[in-house]
Amino acid sequence: MPVNPDAEGRSYGPHEPYEVTRVKIREFANAVDANSFAHFNPEAARAEGYDDVVAPTTFAVVIAQRAEFHVVTDPEVGVDFSRVVHADERFTHHRPIVAGDVISTTVHIDKIIQRGGISTVTTRAELADADGNPVSTVISTLAVREDA
Amino acid sequence: MSDENLPSFDGLEVGQVVATREVEFTRDTLVRYAGASGDFNPIHYNDLVAEQVGLPGVIAHGMLTMGTAASVVEEWAGPGNVQDFQTRFARPVVVPNPGAAVVTFTATVGALDPELRTARIDVTAEFEGAKVLIKTQALVTCA
Repeated sequence: MPVNPDAEGRSYGPHEPYEVTRVKIREFANAVDANSFAHFNPEAARAEGYDDVVAPTTFAVVIAQRAEFHVVTDPEVGVDFSRVVHADERFTHHRPIVAGDVISTTVHIDKIIQRGGISTVTTRAELADADGNPVSTVISTLAVREDA
Repeated sequence: MSDENLPSFDGLEVGQVVATREVEFTRDTLVRYAGASGDFNPIHYNDLVAEQVGLPGVIAHGMLTMGTAASVVEEWAGPGNVQDFQTRFARPVVVPNPGAAVVTFTATVGALDPELRTARIDVTAEFEGAKVLIKTQALVTCA
């Protein structure tokens, strides 16, 4: 089943908020070879001006992809995940993410384009903190092969 | 961004290399990233599934390559100082077993805005002589 172009403009969430922990930041920093002590040690992070350990640049993907899951599993959107290739990704940080943040995410389907047997689905996840202030915007495009 | 740890704008020149890194991706690296990110797509650890969907083998998460590229920029910019980071994914990084895929990252000053004191850092990621990321740009506010 091809991707449904009428799904453009849909929004999902916010669902259950994501609680950012020191352990998860450390785990992610280790996974992407991010070596600054400010990702691991609260004292080092405070010395750099942060309230607690600070997340690596692309950590927001952990939160965004949980929200995007609602898009790719929505049968009315029709993404066949076995045919998906990640086309592009962009993070715009309104402020850095730190341990202790409680993040709520709303994800929007901004654009669906169908061309030459490929559909591209562009989503925009808006991450906000517990006070409702913007934290990060994560834009992601998936390319889905429609041919058999 | 925190004012305490911003990189210095003065002295930066377009074309200047600010950081480089050579990273070995192994199956262990991929499993570690899968766990840390929550992306458990089996094409990143299961040879059979990778072949079934037409890939030359198990491939690295694009976001692992992008995340590592960000770490290379951060090494110069300081933690938490990359305000905007984007890339397109051009080619997959095939990760053998046993063995490793070696990816070479280079971060270069792409553009400077003296009024805003921001630097655009362009990153290349090369695997087997080809670029795996394109239009990889980080925006960093400097002191």
